Amino acid sequence: MARQESKTQGINRRQFLATTARLSCAVALAGGGIAAVASSQQLGPQAIRPPGALAEQDFLSACVRCGLCVEACPYDTLKLARWFEEAPTGTPWFEARKVPCEMCDDIPCIKACPSGALEQELTDIDQAKMGIAVLIDEKNCLNFKGLRCDVCYRVCPLIDNAITLERSRNERSGHHAMFIPVVNPDTCTGCGKCEHACVLDEAAIKVLPPHIAMGKTADHDTYIDTENTTLDMLNKGFEL
Amino acid sequence: MSTAKVEKARFADDAIRELGWWKAHRFLLLRRASQLGLLALFAIGPLWGLWLLKGNLSSSLLLDTIPMADPLVTLQLLTSGHVPEASLLIGAAIIGLFYALMGGRVFCSWVCPVNMVTDLAAYLRRRFALPRTPELPRQLRYFMLALVLLLPVLTGVAAWEWLNPVPVLYRAVLFGAGAGLGLLVAIFLADLLIVERMWCSHLCPSGALFALLGKLSPVKMTAVNAKDCNNCMDCFVVCPERQVLKPALKGQSPIITDSDCTQCGRCIDVCAKRVFQYKNRFTFQDNPLQKSPRIAKKAENEQ
Repeated sequence: MARQESKTQGINRRQFLATTARLSCAVALAGGGIAAVASSQQLGPQAIRPPGALAEQDFLSACVRCGLCVEACPYDTLKLARWFEEAPTGTPWFEARKVPCEMCDDIPCIKACPSGALEQELTDIDQAKMGIAVLIDEKNCLNFKGLRCDVCYRVCPLIDNAITLERSRNERSGHHAMFIPVVNPDTCTGCGKCEHACVLDEAAIKVLPPHIAMGKTADHDTYIDTENTTLDMLNKGFEL
Repeated sequence: MSTAKVEKARFADDAIRELGWWKAHRFLLLRRASQLGLLALFAIGPLWGLWLLKGNLSSSLLLDTIPMADPLVTLQLLTSGHVPEASLLIGAAIIGLFYALMGGRVFCSWVCPVNMVTDLAAYLRRRFALPRTPELPRQLRYFMLALVLLLPVLTGVAAWEWLNPVPVLYRAVLFGAGAGLGLLVAIFLADLLIVERMWCSHLCPSGALFALLGKLSPVKMTAVNAKDCNNCMDCFVVCPERQVLKPALKGQSPIITDSDCTQCGRCIDVCAKRVFQYKNRFTFQDNPLQKSPRIAKKAENEQ
């Protein structure tokens, strides 16, 4: 361990600056790599956040990845993402097809969250927006074939509200009715019970995050608020 | 140092003969019990439903009432611009205060599970007398700390938590995220084959933050009986931060003031001459034990 005897006490200014510069460069390179990998991790389209989760980018800056929400969940719905799973490492998510959210009245996962990544203001689980169910495959859905499957409709915790059955004529047989499940995006919480219960091998109804499930009208479009925009106003050229 | 090895059959033989096997491994075993015990306290919740401690080291809840949180994670949230719930801030304050009193790097040696991995690598290095490779500068960890706190500012996300091995290990045990263990294998191999104590002593930003927190801690390791030191070098062999030892053994004050010291107590274990003790540095300063240790033949200019 014989060290070279230094003439001066400690290190001199030149050494200090050189070391600092070298370390800064090395650490900046490492940091670039970490930042690139960490921010390239995206939430998969079928990965659902717990109720009350902030918008994804805000969620990632808020979540401490402690797993308190996971441990608070009485139905083992939530899990912490492993490396290279559908969600950024260590953050809570669930797959509706495997275990959907049971929509507990007291929302224990939100109560357990210490960081505010799950908003404490959400106290009514029916107001949750974990995602929006979309009947995505009308070709294989049994109700679209004229059968009375209705499973997604009947398991919906907000039955006749978030999913309704709309009756229409079965053109194929000519004298039967079809009962088409229709999701109301304003009330659907994205709990995923419909996707979980779908009898097909691959669910015809899937829960998607709102930003994928929903379209968005352009700000200049005049038909956003049809209640107040009468045909009259539209014909006149819309002067308010 | 290698000549000292040839003379002795095995490392710390003197201490074992002098103090007995238990006393020569006392703090090592207590530390392992502490590290594994804490992990077990977290694990019995998900395993058997005994919820003494919920969460993990990032943030947890003791007996459903007392919040605790990792100061580094909390700082990352704050630098990312998110204002967390009060419970997280209180939790971080509780943990921060605790380690400010205990000596910050008590976390590293008595709590952090990664310590077991790096200690194993260091043990194997010693057993197989692997050559000491050029060391990285130890202040690298403070640059890492700065980086970890800067990344959330630049990216908006707590980026370090993707890689941080402490929660990775805890999550692997508590939530079955086993793939993260590959990271620990990487740390083990880096410690074993690249640079001695590469992770804990040179890179880990958590250790750097805790070292800063522990600067003023009253609890310090001291070389109270530095006059009895016979230069056997066992403490230097085993100490994870051996640069902190020389000023205490050969300098003005027997207190190890350098907060790089993890206060692991292994130097107490391996010293047959009972040179080292845990002390409260304030009561110790009142007590004029020995101002100038004899061993220092020449003045050493360290710090």
